[in-house]
Amino acid sequence: MQDIKMGFNLEEWYAHKLLGEIIYKYTGSISPEMITRALETVEDSPLLSKERLQTRKKVYNVFVECIQNLYHHVDAPPAGLSAGGSPNFGIVCLVHDGSFFRVTTGNFILKSKVNFIKDRIEQLNSLSDEEVRMLYRDILGNETISDKGGGGLGMLDIVRKTGNKLEYFLYPYDGEHIFFSLDVYIS
Amino acid sequence: METIIREDTPKTPYVKLDGGKGVVEIKGRSIPENSVEFYKPLIDWIDEYGGGPQDTTIINIQLEYFNISSSKCILDIFKKLELLFKKGFKVQVNWYYEEDDEDMFEAGEDYQSIINLPFKMIEMEE
Repeated sequence: MQDIKMGFNLEEWYAHKLLGEIIYKYTGSISPEMITRALETVEDSPLLSKERLQTRKKVYNVFVECIQNLYHHVDAPPAGLSAGGSPNFGIVCLVHDGSFFRVTTGNFILKSKVNFIKDRIEQLNSLSDEEVRMLYRDILGNETISDKGGGGLGMLDIVRKTGNKLEYFLYPYDGEHIFFSLDVYIS
Repeated sequence: METIIREDTPKTPYVKLDGGKGVVEIKGRSIPENSVEFYKPLIDWIDEYGGGPQDTTIINIQLEYFNISSSKCILDIFKKLELLFKKGFKVQVNWYYEEDDEDMFEAGEDYQSIINLPFKMIEMEE
């Protein structure tokens, strides 16, 4: 990969995200088949098999939600990207990072979506555990949810299951695209 | 009514819909990308079953994981059964969760707070 624009170096970003013990890493098209293979890899990971059953379940569950969130919401990347030109281009890795497991996703989004994503994550990060739970019940019980999840329930579920804030960065890439980096920590 | 059995797959649960016994079973993991596609025939079956149900209907749910889109489909199943309950039929939800599985326990509590059905939480030993 040699994709550097507006001061953002995709290769460096990826190398940085792979620091730690790598359980899974992938760059390319996010498809249902790729997700099935990813889940098999994570499930068979010797690194995870050492953990308590509940930790394994939580890591698996959060990983599923992160990767399917990516599948449903990714935008086409900028033309000429050397890392890959598939319309469903995304990056995902699961790393054992100190005392945490970390799921990182990276994908391009259109500039027009930045405020929406930013506001949503900031809102989720501002809530207490109890408020997260109440909001989850409220959305599940009252709002129409599309097959993509929708209603922000995917992100909300991730926050609820991990009990940790979402860490994200939005890197301007060109006039139209922003690179969205999301880190989810599971203790 | 025809009994439906779906074997489990890496992304979808084992399902048994037994109209003769009035038992619905969902077991395993439910993480398909397109949950509506998987659950719609099951919800349609329950709809049809509602036309001539048994006096008592039992739904056993024993899930390891489920994704967000499945959560809404599971709620839709409960809502169909809630209609039966409102008509005076007996409905019993048995929600199984593994010992120490806080997430699945809380998921059961979430449904219990949203739907009006007799709901039993059943802990299973690891």
